[in-house]
Order: sequence, then C-alpha cells, then structure tokens
Amino acid sequence: MIKNGKTFLELKKNCKKDKGNFPEIKITVMGDCATQFLSKAIEGYAYEYGINLNVLDVDYNQIASQVMDNHSEVYEFSPDYILIQMCAEKLYEAFCNTQPEQRYTFAQNMFVEIQNYWNMVGTHSKCRILQFNFVEMDDAIFGNYANKIDTSFIYQLRKLNMLMMDGAIQNKNVFIIDLAKIQNIFGRDVLFDEKFYYTAKMPLSMRVLPEVAKQVVDIIDALRGKLKKCIVLDLDNTLWGGVIGDDGMGAIEIGELGSGHAFSDLQMWLKELKNRGVILTVCSKNNEDTAKEPFMMHPEMVLRLEDISMFVANWDDKVSNIQYIQQTLNLGMDSFLFLDDNPFERNMVRKMIPNITVPELPEDPAQYLTYLKGLNLFETSSYSDEDKNRTSQYQAEIGRVSLQKQFVSIDDYLIDLEMVSETKPFDLFNYPRISQLTQRSNQFNLRTVRYTEAEIEAIAKDDRYLTIYFTLKDKFGDHGLVSVVILEKQDNNTLFVNTWLMSCRVLKRGMEEFIVNKIIQTARDNGFQLVIGEYLKTPKNAMVENIYGKLGFESIGNDKYKADVTTFIDNKTYIKE
Amino acid sequence: MNKEKVLEAVTEILADILDDESIVVTYSTIASDVENWDSLAHLQIITTIESKFNIRFSLGEINNFADVGELCDSIVKHLG
Repeated sequence: MIKNGKTFLELKKNCKKDKGNFPEIKITVMGDCATQFLSKAIEGYAYEYGINLNVLDVDYNQIASQVMDNHSEVYEFSPDYILIQMCAEKLYEAFCNTQPEQRYTFAQNMFVEIQNYWNMVGTHSKCRILQFNFVEMDDAIFGNYANKIDTSFIYQLRKLNMLMMDGAIQNKNVFIIDLAKIQNIFGRDVLFDEKFYYTAKMPLSMRVLPEVAKQVVDIIDALRGKLKKCIVLDLDNTLWGGVIGDDGMGAIEIGELGSGHAFSDLQMWLKELKNRGVILTVCSKNNEDTAKEPFMMHPEMVLRLEDISMFVANWDDKVSNIQYIQQTLNLGMDSFLFLDDNPFERNMVRKMIPNITVPELPEDPAQYLTYLKGLNLFETSSYSDEDKNRTSQYQAEIGRVSLQKQFVSIDDYLIDLEMVSETKPFDLFNYPRISQLTQRSNQFNLRTVRYTEAEIEAIAKDDRYLTIYFTLKDKFGDHGLVSVVILEKQDNNTLFVNTWLMSCRVLKRGMEEFIVNKIIQTARDNGFQLVIGEYLKTPKNAMVENIYGKLGFESIGNDKYKADVTTFIDNKTYIKE
Repeated sequence: MNKEKVLEAVTEILADILDDESIVVTYSTIASDVENWDSLAHLQIITTIESKFNIRFSLGEINNFADVGELCDSIVKHLG
C-alpha cells in the first residue's frame, strides 16, 4: 500500500490508536536539537505500516552522555534502533567556533566524533543506528567561490556527508537517513521553519516531518524484510506511448519519437532496478507475438526480452495473470508492484489482490518517473552480488516449470535435473548474502530471526554455533546460496535449530530433505545425540508449519520437534553433495 | 474576514489539534486555561493558522499573544 500525503496532525492522532496487534519495535530518538515532533511523526507513520513503534524520546543535547554511559536510560530501554539527529544549524555553530587554521580538518574531526558515538553504541548494545546526514546549507560568506575553498562551510559539510557514507559502508549496523536528499526534493524553504527552530530548537518544519518520518519507517520496514521484489508491467502507454496492436511497431513512442524520451527514461530506470535484483515481468492484454516484437526488434527499446523474467500477454483478466505470475515466481504478493496507466485495471487489481502495491500513476507519462521515484518503493537493507543475477535465475526457473510438465513421475524429473548442492560453514564472502536471506525470507523460514551482517559474522566465529549454508546447481543453471542453517549447542548432547530458512525458488525438489539429512549428519559428526527443531508461526510461514514432522522429526509439543541421530532414517533426495 | 469569523476558524483549528471536538474558546481565553495547549501545541496551532490563512507571524508575535482575542486581532491585521 502506498502511504503518502499524511499530515503531521494525522500522524499525531495515529499515536493514540490501538496498536495492540502490531509487532513492537523499540526506538530511541535523540539529537543535538529537539526531537519531540520527529518522534511523534515516526511513531505515527509506523502505525500506517502496521508497526507498534515504542519510542523513547531523549531530551536534546544528550547524545554523548547517553551513548557513553552503559547504564543510561537509552541502554536501559534496550531499543532495536537508535536514531541520531544532528542538524546543520548546530554544525555551523561548531564550525564558526573552530579556529580558521583548523577548518581544513573540521569534517574529519566531526566524523571522528560521530563514529565515536557509533562505536559506543556498538560496544554497549546490539541495536542498529539510524543516523541523519546533514542538509546542505551554504553560509553565503564566499558565494559560489566557496566551491573553490577547502575551508568553506559547504566544502566541509559535503565532505562530512561523504565521510559518513564511507563510515556506513564499514559499519554494518549504521544506516544513513538521507535528509540532504529530502531537502533536494522539497527545498530548504519547506524543510526549515525559522519559528520552529528559534522557539523550539527543531530544525524540521511541520510540513516536512511526515516525509522525513516516512523515510525512517521505510528503512525500518525494509530491515524487517518488507521489500519490493517484483514489478508487473503493463505495456501500451506505460512502457511506451501508443498501442502496439493498433499503431504497429513503427509508430509507438519510444526514443526520439513523440514523447518517447520520457518512456525511454522510465525503461532505463526499470533496467537499473532489474540490475539491482528486482524482477521485471510483463502482464499485457495483447497477442503475445505482437507484444514481444518491440522487445526483440525495436532499436530504441531499452528493455529487452532477456530483462523480463516472465512475459504474460493474452486476453485474460489481469488479476488472474498476476496471480499466475505470483504462483510461478513463488514470492509474497506484498512484494509485488503493479504499474499500469489504465485506472480500470489498477482499481480491479487493487480490489481483487489486497496486498499488492498499485501506484496511482499521474495522467501525464512525462511525470511517471518523478512520481515513482518520490514514493521510495525500493528501500532495501542489503545488497549483494547475487542480486545482480536474479533475472537469469528466474528465467531458468521458468524453463524448469515447463520441463516439469513433460515427465510422468516427479522422481524422473528430479533425477534428470542433475542437482548438486555444496554445503559449508558460513564464510567471510557470504556474510552479506546470508544476512540478506535472514532479512528477506518470510515463507520458508522456521523461526524468522533476522540477522545483520555483523551478527552473522559473530555467530560464524562463536563456537557455541554450527553454521551451514547450502548452494544448489542444476542443469539449467546456478541458484547460488539458497538455504541457511544455524545450529545452537544447547548442551553436550543437544543441538537446537536456531535458524532454518530456504529460498522458495528451490521448493519441492528434494532440497528440504537434503538439508534435514545434512543437519542430522552434522549432529552425528560432532557427537550430538539430539536435534531439536522449532516452528514459530508468523502470518507468512504457514507453508513450513509441519515440515519437521514430515521429514522424520517427532513432535514434543508447543511446535517443537526432536530427532534422535541414531534412529533417524535419512530422507530420500536426488541432490548430490 | 471579521474577528468573529476568525474566532470560529481558530476554534476549529484548536479542536483539531488539541483533539477536543467540544472545545469552547472566547476572546479572553488564555492558553493555560486550555488542556494540552502547551508550547509545542502552540507551535502547531500557529503553523496551522499560518497555512490556513496564508499569513506569516513574526517570531516576536507568536509568544506575546495575551489571549485568544489578541491572536484573532493579529490574524485580522495580517489579512489586511
């Protein structure tokens, strides 16, 4: 669902509503300026996303003392997140109080201080840090010439923002809230209200607070695994101007023709998303051959057939087609985005498929891109090399689905796939991917514990845990790392399956069986007698509710299962190690 | 707009921000008489009045209204 255009007052009223059924997330908000309104706005926005955000708002100017004292109210609160707002106005005061000869290193010194806060938080807690960057604010002392002076305020401010980006790359628990970007969109006049600042020490206006709160909650939402993974695209008047079936390939607007440039830019953006790992699919009311022609033949099309994971062009209704796409790709409907210029189609899809996101596109195609970018739909919490190859993986998957139809028995089909899985303990190169899987996997996830990269690394190095990751290859291609298992040593005899998740792309081909066999084997090899598994129910993981029972474990009540390694009989699988 | 109409509009804004539909204010009402009308609520009220009437108070004005009557007078004056 798109959440936009909320007023501060609406958000404030949300804070009073009943959030009893929502999952609770705790956040501490602090700053070198007053943060009460920001806290309210964030709490109110979280309600829109179905999150019960428990906010501790700390009095202003207490960042250093709070993060240094390990008994401070911040740590006592044990938040999941600490948000730090430092404002450009205060930064300028510090700059003016710096001797001119020391201004060369102003940004560097400020960054050391900020990094110090991050390190302190990292020492005393496990929470994630949301850090505002600085809005651009020129002091008009040198005019544009400030760009040619390395001791000017704007030079040092921009440098500090860059240093913070570098710092966030290094520190896996730090996430930057790009306030400078928000000011670029809305402008300084909207963002800053002198009255708010001079009477209440608040650097953000009432008008911009909901926009800032949205960015904060978008990050939190992405970190709990709510990500957009697939776009379903209409064609006529969405990807190009005109109607391919009526106008023909020579007359559709793309590239130089008519308003084609706007459509080209939209396609370029979509292609970037595809390169980042978002799946592109087509759902169009057209004859398939006609619809595919521009993707194959038109010289100015940016998107090509190989960019599209599934191409569905027929005369059925879009709701059925989207459901078909979703079932084939096996992704949650709430990770789907549907783009269509036609209000009828949008409304029908919205009505029939409640979880899908359907942006209300502007009338003028020239505004599509600006509008879509403004929605910040593709917030993410990690990025790994594997994201880049996702489209070819899904295309291979669809090849597999067609192959499935030709075999009489499922066993014949599985044997013919020639599947090989590699199993290894977590290693340095895979921490990002493993962390990402714990953030993203919702359906095949037994306990849905989310881990940051730093936490994965800590577990990998901790001898109280045994870790295994699984890759899968078959004759059609490499799926890469598809499953993660974390085994926790409960005592000398017992291993507890702390985490077991698997990519739904590799369902129903013996991978689950193979993994369970491997878990038992690992227990045997390390001298454990018992393996305990647990299923923690979430709204999305019903598919694995009975999986331990099906794969040879014995129920011991409370959604817990045990297996004795001496009596356990290996499950049948056609996957080789 | 006359002062009476302004009071009506201000009352509506107060009801919305202070979340009290049955609020009654007169020209002689002062902030401390009204539940929840604290300094932060005051900022919200001022900002909302500014955008509703498309006017701008100065920093000096906003903390020196003696009562609602003075606030209404100031709005009328700004409206010209």
